[in-house]
Amino acid sequence: MSATPAAVNQMPREHYLNATWGIRSWLLTTDHKRIALLYLASVTFFFFIGGAFATMIRIHLLSPKGLLVTPETYNKLFTMHGVAMIFFFLIPSIPAVLGNFLLPIMIGAKDLAFPKINLLSWYIYLVGGCFVLYSFSTGGLDTGWTFYTPLSSVYSNSAVTPAVLGVFINGFSSILTGLNFIVTVHTMRAPGMTWFRLPLFVWAQYATSIIFILGTPVIAITLLLAGLERVFHLGFFNPALGGDPILFQHLFWFYSHPAVYIMILPAMGVISEIIPTFARKPIFGYSFIAGSSIAIAVIGFFVWAHHMFVTGESTYAALTFSLLSYLVAIPSAVKVFNWTSTLYKGSISYDTPMLYALGFIGLFLIGGLTGLFLACLGLDIHLHDTYFVIAHFHYIMVGGAVMGYVGGLHYWWPKITGKLYPEFLARIAAITLFLGFNLTFFPQFILGYLGMPRRYASYPPEFQVLNVMSTAGASILALGYLLPMIYLTWSMRYGAIAGPNPWPGTGLEWRTPSPPPTENFDVTPEVTWEPYDYDNRPDLGLDVSGAPALAHGDD
Amino acid sequence: MSEQHSEQHHIASPTLYLTIFAALMICTFLTVVAAKIDLNQYFSGLNIIVALTIAVFKASLVVLFFMHAKYSPKRTQLVIIASVFWLAIMLFMTMSDYVSRSWT
Repeated sequence: MSATPAAVNQMPREHYLNATWGIRSWLLTTDHKRIALLYLASVTFFFFIGGAFATMIRIHLLSPKGLLVTPETYNKLFTMHGVAMIFFFLIPSIPAVLGNFLLPIMIGAKDLAFPKINLLSWYIYLVGGCFVLYSFSTGGLDTGWTFYTPLSSVYSNSAVTPAVLGVFINGFSSILTGLNFIVTVHTMRAPGMTWFRLPLFVWAQYATSIIFILGTPVIAITLLLAGLERVFHLGFFNPALGGDPILFQHLFWFYSHPAVYIMILPAMGVISEIIPTFARKPIFGYSFIAGSSIAIAVIGFFVWAHHMFVTGESTYAALTFSLLSYLVAIPSAVKVFNWTSTLYKGSISYDTPMLYALGFIGLFLIGGLTGLFLACLGLDIHLHDTYFVIAHFHYIMVGGAVMGYVGGLHYWWPKITGKLYPEFLARIAAITLFLGFNLTFFPQFILGYLGMPRRYASYPPEFQVLNVMSTAGASILALGYLLPMIYLTWSMRYGAIAGPNPWPGTGLEWRTPSPPPTENFDVTPEVTWEPYDYDNRPDLGLDVSGAPALAHGDD
Repeated sequence: MSEQHSEQHHIASPTLYLTIFAALMICTFLTVVAAKIDLNQYFSGLNIIVALTIAVFKASLVVLFFMHAKYSPKRTQLVIIASVFWLAIMLFMTMSDYVSRSWT
């Protein structure tokens, strides 16, 4: 049941999608919503590229001796899978797509603070992407996504230089997006939109932007140094030239561990929006969830060397980083406890976005707790560079970040396109994705614990059953991703008209037509209510006095 | 509006720019000279300490005058200080590894 009266459910005559026409109006747009859609198309393209490599990896591992490619090509497959997915899909996905689209609307602004810089960031992303695609198509890349030296700077015969340049260039796209978000949140909030009335999605984007700005320059310059060492033989990381390979790892992980939080924090922001909407309750512990986003962003910078427990760092530094790594569990647990407390006595409906949110909580819980295993110095000696690590970070990255992204796409799809997707099919896809994901990655925890190392093209025969299970799960997972792509695209033309607030939600984005006008609001809104305050919002049309209100899809 | 007023550009004189430029050139000359003298005989690592001190001084001149940090609003200065602090964290924690490797 939609709480919005049927009479309201009409597409607005003019909105951001039809305000101007032609390819030029898209390629030169400064509208944050259109730029978000440009990013949507771009990151989806890289998701397919990375997904194709993952498919080949899983097919290859069906057989103990390897089914598909040579070991050298296998090295390239997992490297290119990682580079495409991490730098060109996961990092930009939620900030550049959903964040770009929603952040200004959620705070009542007409656009981001620097609209032209926003467009520039997309073009920079494309230039970086072209360099990386050039690397992929001219010999490929075999260093692992971590570009460890001296392999990347001396010994690798693959196309390292264009890949390094591509990631370096792409870093500026992230920095500009982060800068834009921070300035926008500071300077462009609508009247009444105080810091503690900001949607938690905005808090998450703000925390992510801090990491973008503080961390990305480090990875950019580090990879540039590796490139300079490779091309000009300058001694930064190569011991033969007076450099130190462990220094590369320190600098690389100073960014790349916080980058994990770049990927997961925005997804946590999405979940913080979905849970109260489909539990029909104000979120439990708003200020703690907001504060935990900032805490994760900050603490995340103090833990990086847990990636280096067995690569030669000092035992004392390892002990310190192990202890610090445990601290991240605190703000992460604060979020999970608050989400589950929000569910308590809520009027819960299992609409598609909620299925993704609940799936996120479960998968993030497993991913987070296994992260504690890896933070444990003694246990990590056994588990380091095994499939346990692969399973752990895929539970965070895919089970967490991608579930959050796909859940967020479903939640705001009616706002983005003005159309509803077929709910039943969407629920089937969400369940398929959840089951496929677990079948793919849970066996990898066992494989890793039993000692199967990562990045090997072959394995002992006794590991085959678990590997076949994993590949079977990947097939189901692929179906779970293809289904939304099909029905979401279908819904753009044939879906039912959504109306401004189909769920209904409490944020400002739901008080403007779907799709929104180019300027987002006809009149600058004034915020007079607390966030997620379902108890005092008669305008939403919910009956809060008696029986729990029905949610969309419960009729 | 107050934000716009506070961020009006300060116009520095050409004389100031030329003075800073001259200071940077002198410091570069000093760096080269210091590199050619074996200062390590007096104190282990003194060569690198001198080189880095001059480099930090030069970078400070560039940030303060060429990048107008000296004339920027307090919030901008806070961001710069926070960034330097963050850099210090990275260096400090990385050095904690190097310093403690020889401990038994």
